[in-house]
Amino acid sequence: MGAVRATDQERSVGHGEVILDVENLVKHFPLRRGIAQSLRGGPELAVKAVDGVSFNVKKGELFGVVGESGCGKTTMGRTILRLLEPTAGRVTFEDIEVTALSAEQLKQLRTRMQIIFQDPYESMNPRLDVHRIIAEPLRIQGMVSNSKDAIPYIEKALEDVEMTPPEEYLYRYPHELSGGQRQRIAVARALVLDPEFIVADEPVSMLDVSIRGEILNLMLNLSRERGVTFLYITHDLATARHICDRIAVMYLGKMVEKGPTDNLVKHPLHPYTRALIGAVFVPDPKRKGFGKVLKGEVPSPVDPPSGCRLHPRCPIAQDICKEVEPELVPADDNHMVACHFALG
Amino acid sequence: MAILEVRDLKMYYKTLRGHVKAVDSVSFDIERGKALGIAGESGCGKTSMAVTVLRLLPSNGKIHGGSVKLDGIDIVKLDDEEFRKSVRWKKISMVFQGAMNALNPVHRVGDQIVEAILAHEDVPHQEAATRAEELLDMVGINPKRYKEYPHEFSGGMKQRVVIAMALACNPDVIIADEPTTALDVMVQSQVLKAMEDLRKRLDLSMMLITHDLSVIAQTCDNIAIMYAGKIVEYGNVIDVFDNPTHPYGMGLVKSFPNIKAERTRVRSLPGFPPNLLAPPKGCRFHPRCPLAGDICMEEEPELIEIGSNSHKVACHKVDMLERGVNIWEQ
Ligand SMILES: Nc1ncnc2c1ncn2[C@@H]1O[C@H](COP(=O)(O)OP(=O)(O)OP(=O)(O)O)[C@@H](O)[C@H]1O
Ligand SMILES: Nc1ncnc2c1ncn2[C@@H]1O[C@H](COP(=O)(O)OP(=O)(O)O)[C@@H](O)[C@H]1O
Ligand code: SF4
Ligand code: SF4
Ligand SMILES: [Mg+2]
Ligand SMILES: [Mg+2]
Repeated sequence: MGAVRATDQERSVGHGEVILDVENLVKHFPLRRGIAQSLRGGPELAVKAVDGVSFNVKKGELFGVVGESGCGKTTMGRTILRLLEPTAGRVTFEDIEVTALSAEQLKQLRTRMQIIFQDPYESMNPRLDVHRIIAEPLRIQGMVSNSKDAIPYIEKALEDVEMTPPEEYLYRYPHELSGGQRQRIAVARALVLDPEFIVADEPVSMLDVSIRGEILNLMLNLSRERGVTFLYITHDLATARHICDRIAVMYLGKMVEKGPTDNLVKHPLHPYTRALIGAVFVPDPKRKGFGKVLKGEVPSPVDPPSGCRLHPRCPIAQDICKEVEPELVPADDNHMVACHFALG
Repeated sequence: MAILEVRDLKMYYKTLRGHVKAVDSVSFDIERGKALGIAGESGCGKTSMAVTVLRLLPSNGKIHGGSVKLDGIDIVKLDDEEFRKSVRWKKISMVFQGAMNALNPVHRVGDQIVEAILAHEDVPHQEAATRAEELLDMVGINPKRYKEYPHEFSGGMKQRVVIAMALACNPDVIIADEPTTALDVMVQSQVLKAMEDLRKRLDLSMMLITHDLSVIAQTCDNIAIMYAGKIVEYGNVIDVFDNPTHPYGMGLVKSFPNIKAERTRVRSLPGFPPNLLAPPKGCRFHPRCPLAGDICMEEEPELIEIGSNSHKVACHKVDMLERGVNIWEQ
């Protein structure tokens, strides 16, 4: 089985050069109000999808962002690339302030920062063949003048995603590819401009378990051998655990914990991270039994709870949790947590 | 004794390009009060197998042989009227894949459950309404929410409603097709816990269809692994997870990430599942199997018992595999 041992090639993170710096990023989606409501006045309502998130990613790192659906992962990934305009905050890529760029400058930066979308079926035009799908970003960037010039780039991208010989695939349509191959094409399209940084938004969640490994391995190889930096967005802590150097956990638009993968998975500090890990099922019938899950459900991001957003569901909440929002503070080397009581 | 006994069941879809052999000679048992998990990749025939048992086939789907014995009676042989009157929903019912998204958005949740009851049973409306409240309570939803609409419910609650509807006529066997696939881990855990409690309380037998092996490991007694319309490995969950023996079963079990185990490697099986219009000759797994030999390309292997405890495997090279050769190592 094509496999790379994540642990073999793990490098010490935390000392590397920062490639992406996110500071206090906020993205709110204003809610459309009925005329009657507007006339009555009152506060503007908004979905607080991302509500003040700060972190950085090191060069060549695989950085995982994990959380339940609706916690703001996709919105954060897209806002970082300015596919969505931030409400507030700053994103810096190397020495470029992404959040200050004009549309034209942003277009140039696209060659260095790319995204792989959640759903390979939605993100791919079924009427285009592989060659035209991969050529699209080259065309948009004006890097090639005709489709013949694009061929060498496309062949290289196909080789990078281990679809060889490239001639075999160049003129196939998406429906003539397996799910795994289709997702490889999505990766190839992101790679064709030779970017340094890729946001991979749930790149395997639509795929069968048996082929998820091939895409995850591919990302691992690209990061280890080519130094590509990844922001891997997923709701699946188990896959993040196997490929990421560091993981951040999100809840209701906030980052509640982040740290080196093993540290975070084996010694989670935040009550939410603990519950999340406890709820993950394992493929081992000898460990039957349900983990303790949090009571209730995730509240609406339109009107999140005061203080610590977890307080209505948290098993160890105290009075202060309703009033004061905990900050993300260092627990130990590289491990940060936002909880008044996580540090004992 | 087995409550459900399926033997050599075959169901093909007729298409312009030929027959899709979605269920091709499938055999298994479900013991009373036990849960059987059905695993396998997308398109391998899991849903097809379930709707065959329930005889809810589309017009191009037809049973081509085999038997399904419920409490000893072959329900394949019953006429449609008889099947509808005494078996479907009453003895065996099903939670369909994606059903929670099919709740009618303009009808109150409770009314939809009442509708389900009245569709199959001739009882007064008031009695059905009382029963709907009991059912809501049974799946852990406050009966006071009877009058709410689906959009007022979260995903996990909608899934519970769909389960309550499947229980409307007190069935003995419930088939659940990917009941938690669209849910987040914490909600999944809550829903599966509720299902397990129900199963114990009502002495229900269950067929749980999912591609998620961890769900089967933690909630089922037995497992059947399907590949291209056939069961290739079957047995007690402990036997199969500890000692997966079919090359496909082994690959599937070993490629499944486990968050509680040491961080090791990401694995995957090479190749992709066959087209069921023209499945490979002999063993259907041979194009992807590192052990495939001449015989595999010619003869179809039978599902035979290995060891004890009715652990069964369909592979010509089973002797070699039993010796513990790890075929997926590089
Ligand atoms: N009405 C139909 N007509 C023709 N072929 C069909 C029909 N329904 C399903 N099939 C085919 O039968 C095979 C089995 O499909 P089925 O829905 O049973 O798979 P499954 O194992 O439930 O997959 P999933 O995990 O994606 O739900 C597939 O090849 C599918 O394309
Ligand atoms: N375009 C939009 N308009 C309004 N609300 C949105 C929009 N996109 C996302 N949201 C909301 O923002 C929140 C976060 O969504 P999303 O970033 O997609 O989460 P995730 O990717 O973690 O599932 C959710 O409540 C979602 O409904
Ligand atoms: S700050 Fe309080 S409510 Fe929030 S996670 Fe910590 S203990 Fe729980
Ligand atoms: S019968 Fe042959 S091809 Fe099929 S699984 Fe066994 S060894 Fe592989
Ligand atoms: Mg998302
Ligand atoms: Mg299905």
